[in-house]
This record gives sequence, C-alpha cells and structure tokens, in this order.
Amino acid sequence: MSSVTDVKDKSPLANLGDSGAYQKLLAFASLIALLIGFSIASPNFMQTSNMIAILQATSVNGVLAVAATLVIITGGIDLSVGTLMTFCAVIAGVALTYLGLPLLFGVIAAIAAGAFCGLCSGTFVAKMKIPPFIATLGMMLILKGLSLVISGTRPIYFNDTPGFDQISRGSLIGEVIPALPIPNGVLILFLVAISASYILSRTVLGRYTFALGSNEEAVRLSGVNTDAWKMRIYALAGGICGIGGILIASRLNSAQPALGLGYELEAIAAVVIGGTSLSGGRGTILGTLIGALIMAVLTNGLRVLSVAQEWQTVVTGAIIILAVYADMVRRKKSG
Amino acid sequence: MDKQTPLVDMRDIQISFGGIHAVDHVSVDLHPGEVVGLLGHNGAGKSTLIKILSGAYQADGGEIYINGKKAEIHNPRDARRYNIETIYQTLALADNLDAASNLFLGRELTTPLGTVDDDAMEAETRNIMAKLNPNFQKFSEPVSALSGGQRQSVAIARAVYFDAKILIMDEPTAALGPHETQMVSELIQQLKTQGIGIFLISHDIHDVMELCDRASVMKNGKLVGTVNVDDVTDDDLLSMIILGKKPEGVAVQS
Ligand SMILES: Nc1ncnc2c1ncn2[C@@H]1O[C@H](COP(=O)(O)OP(=O)(O)OP(=O)(O)O)[C@@H](O)[C@H]1O
Ligand SMILES: [Mg+2]
Repeated sequence: MSSVTDVKDKSPLANLGDSGAYQKLLAFASLIALLIGFSIASPNFMQTSNMIAILQATSVNGVLAVAATLVIITGGIDLSVGTLMTFCAVIAGVALTYLGLPLLFGVIAAIAAGAFCGLCSGTFVAKMKIPPFIATLGMMLILKGLSLVISGTRPIYFNDTPGFDQISRGSLIGEVIPALPIPNGVLILFLVAISASYILSRTVLGRYTFALGSNEEAVRLSGVNTDAWKMRIYALAGGICGIGGILIASRLNSAQPALGLGYELEAIAAVVIGGTSLSGGRGTILGTLIGALIMAVLTNGLRVLSVAQEWQTVVTGAIIILAVYADMVRRKKSG
Repeated sequence: MDKQTPLVDMRDIQISFGGIHAVDHVSVDLHPGEVVGLLGHNGAGKSTLIKILSGAYQADGGEIYINGKKAEIHNPRDARRYNIETIYQTLALADNLDAASNLFLGRELTTPLGTVDDDAMEAETRNIMAKLNPNFQKFSEPVSALSGGQRQSVAIARAVYFDAKILIMDEPTAALGPHETQMVSELIQQLKTQGIGIFLISHDIHDVMELCDRASVMKNGKLVGTVNVDDVTDDDLLSMIILGKKPEGVAVQS
C-alpha cells in the first residue's frame, strides 16, 4: 500500500488528496474499529480463512471501485461497473470455453470488451450529452440483458481452461512465504490501484480527469478536446471493469450471468467512503482502497455474526448516505 | 485609421440566445500594437462578442478575418491556433488544480517519458508570476484557495505566457488591488510595443482613456460606434454608453 501513497506524494497535486486527508483518516480509523469490534464479537472473524475471504471480496469490489473513482472524479458516475464486470466475465467464457482460445486471449477479450463498453458510455455522455447517471443506467441494463442472452442464462464454467481459477485464487506470495497466503486477486488489485494512481497523478489523462471534475467549461475554453478525453476516461474505467470480470470469473471458476447488479452500489460506496467527492474534482485511489476494505469487512463481519442478508443491504444504504453527508459537510467547510 | 490590414476584423457578427439578440450585426477591428476598448452597460453583449472570437461561442452570422484572411474559429482550440488568448470575465479556472496546472491546462509540459512535468511547469509559473504579481506565493494550493485577485493573476498569466498575438481581456482588473492594477496597465503598454493587439473590456472610463487607442461602444447588443480615444472626452464616452448617442463633430466609425 505504501507504494500507492508514494506515487501520490511525489505529485504536486498531492494536496488534492490532502483535502480528503481527514476523510481518509476517518475511514482508516473506522476500518480498524470494525476489525476490532468484529474480532471481539466473534472468534471466527479473525481466522486466516476468513481474512482471505475478505481480501478476495475486496479484490473484486476494489477493482470496480477504482474504475468508478476515475469516472466520479470527472464529475460523472458509473452505474454499469457491476453488470459490465459480469458481461466481461461472460465474454471471457465465450472466448475460453466456447471458442477454446488460449487463456491470454480470454483475458484480453474481457478487458477489450470492457474498454469498448466504457467507450460507448463515454460516447453517450460526451457526444450525446446524456447525463452520466442515465447513460450508465441504460448501459447497466443493456449489459445485464446481453450477458443473459449471450450465455443463454446459464453459467459458463472454465473447467477446460486449466489455471484460470488460479488467476484470482492462487497465491504467488504464499508460495514464497507460506505464512502469508494472500490471494493473487489482491495482488492484481494493488497493481490496478498503483497504475490508476500513477495515471491520475502523472499523466495528462489524470490531469484532465481532475480538471473536468473541477470545471468542465474552463477545460474546454483552455483548448482541450473535452469530449475525446472524457471518452478515454470512461474507456479506461471500462477496461478496469474487464479486469474485475476476470477476477470474479476466476474466483468462481465460472461466469455467472445473473450476477453483477448491486456491485455498482458497493463500488460507489467504497469510493465515497474513501473521500472522493461525488461532485467531482477530488479523490484518491488510496482512499478508495480503504473504502473497499471497509465494505468487505462490514459485509463479511455481519455475515459472520449471522446478520440477515437483508439487513446488510440496509446497512450499505445507510453508509452511502452517511459518507455523502460527510462529503457535503467537508466541502461546506472548505468553501 | 491607416489603411494597413487589420490584425482582427470582425464583420457583421450576430448571435442570439433564444430570441435575445445578444450581439446584433456588430463590426469591430483591431490593429497590431493597438488596444481597443469595448464598452457598454451590463448585458450589452461585450463578453458574448469576444467569446465568438475566442471560440467559446459560434456566431449565427458574420465573418472574422485575421490578417486579412477569413478565419474559421469553431472552438477554443481553433482560436489558440490563431494565437488568440483570452482572459475570461469568469476566469475559466479549474478550481481543484493549482496555479501551474491551470496555467498549462491543455498545453502541459511533459517529460521525455510522456508524464506531466510538474516541476518544470511550477518553475515557469514562478517566473511569470514574479513579473506579474511578485506577492503571489500560493503555488501549491488549489486555486479555489486563492483570493479573487490572485485567481485573476493566474488567468492573466495564462493568457500572456503563450506568446499571444491577439489578446482578449474581459475586465482583467475587476478584482485587482491598485498596485496590481497598475502592473496590468504597465503590462498592457509593454505588450503593445511588442505589436500585440488587445481587446480590453472595461467599465472604468479612466482606464480606457489612459490605455486604449480606440473605443467601441455597445448598447443592447448593437454597436453604437467606434471612436479614437484622443478625439473624445469622458463625457462623450459616457453618453455613448448610457444614451447610445454619438458625439458630435467627431469621426465615428460604425
Ligand atoms: N449563454 C447564454 N445563454 C443565454 N443568454 C446569454 C448567454 N450569454 C449571454 N447571454 C445574454 O446575452 C446578453 C449579453 O451578455 P454579455 O455577457 O455579453 O454582456 P456584457 O456586455 O459582457 O455584460 P457585463 O458588463 O455585465 O459583463 C445578456 O442579455 C445575457 O443575458
Ligand atoms: Mg461581460
């Protein structure tokens, strides 16, 4: 995690993070409090197998949350990250199981499909001027439907592709240090997060991501082709959702076409908890990672305590409202 | 005026917003090394007119000639290609970025690796700010944390940094203190000697009398007329602005 902060700290834009530093600290403290609380409440919580389950869940939600962070910083929103993840998993299933292509092609197909769908959303938003909420809501439904159509509403299994499940479930770290069987999915999440953090702080694309969320008209008046850059950002987010699709498919060793709805809200919750402003212009990947961990710990902890699934949904909703409220209060203070 | 080809010639420009004729068949021109003041009451159409030149709006009618050639300006990128730089009345800054990122927005300096070169951009920003506003020190804060005048300094720096040939200044000193305003006046004199043409929008008649060569007055979207500043008095200008009345016994273009 330190490397994620490092990238951020080198940037003169690090103050963008600082404006949310308080929220990040608060989020981190909440994470620790949750961990302690659940450990006291249940002896099963702190077990290695459960910790690994939490990390596995974080890896998928975290990757989607990173994608959502990019779009949210532009001042948009992406409601399609969950069903896009599933769609990409299904595409991987088609490539690997139906067409029998080699593993690498399946991965590339999933990421390319994600990027293409992101580009579509970006086009709706940038060129057709459809509000992001509506454009990605439509995309969410389109992709949900397409996943079911393409798969014939049945799961696609990856039993014929040896090693596919190891993408997420294997543990390179565990092979070196057996006491630390951290799943590869987590490793991939960190790679994605570090890359995204680097892009945000060091590239022109990252600069425009923040600028668009600050004042889109000013960016246009500065001679930037705002439409083209917005489309690129949505496409990048889509590609990252493709990686999420590979992760979930690998974890379940199957593409489950009915899955995906609801993931977008968890991802957005993680982003907001991490201090990224829903009104755009500010946010950090590190914050989003902490947010994703909180969501995973909370969901897992409530399950370990045998709280009914229905109540978990209630809690998620309440947390989103609280986090957004905290953001509003913070922004009022900073003017 | 002399018969040399104008740097900018805006002919018969018109634009309307839902029935309101914000700019109604207006023609203005600008020569190299000349400062032309644009005057008029609030809502007269001054900002709208120059936004057509800067590419922010597309005119419904009329033509723009630059150095005698017809110019196609469809967006701010096109305007930049003609070396038109603009200080907008609204400043057009990205609030969450710092001064350097705003100054170079759309024209970022990059390293050989293709990443943004924040150190170089900040160094350049410090350089130009030292000339424009030596008191300016807030280089690492987002511009939302700056005062109105400091923000205006950033917008001015951005417009003059990139070797403009045509400079549009829409109330550039509205938020500036007396000392900073004086520095902008000196800047305008200096840019003039470099042959840059400047459209200066201002409500301050004294500024206009002091800095401008000619003044074009607008009222309700229409051009009242253009006069040589040396030929008229403050009162003449005021009655053009308020009453839309051309001064008598003075050459007025329109
Ligand atoms: N984007 C827009 N949409 C609708 N109406 C507009 C728009 N921009 C300007 N107008 C209208 O056009 C007219 C001219 O506005 P403009 O901003 O050019 O005035 P101005 O001369 O710059 O005034 P001020 O001195 O207050 O800056 C006004 O009536 C304004 O309401
Ligand atoms: Mg104006």
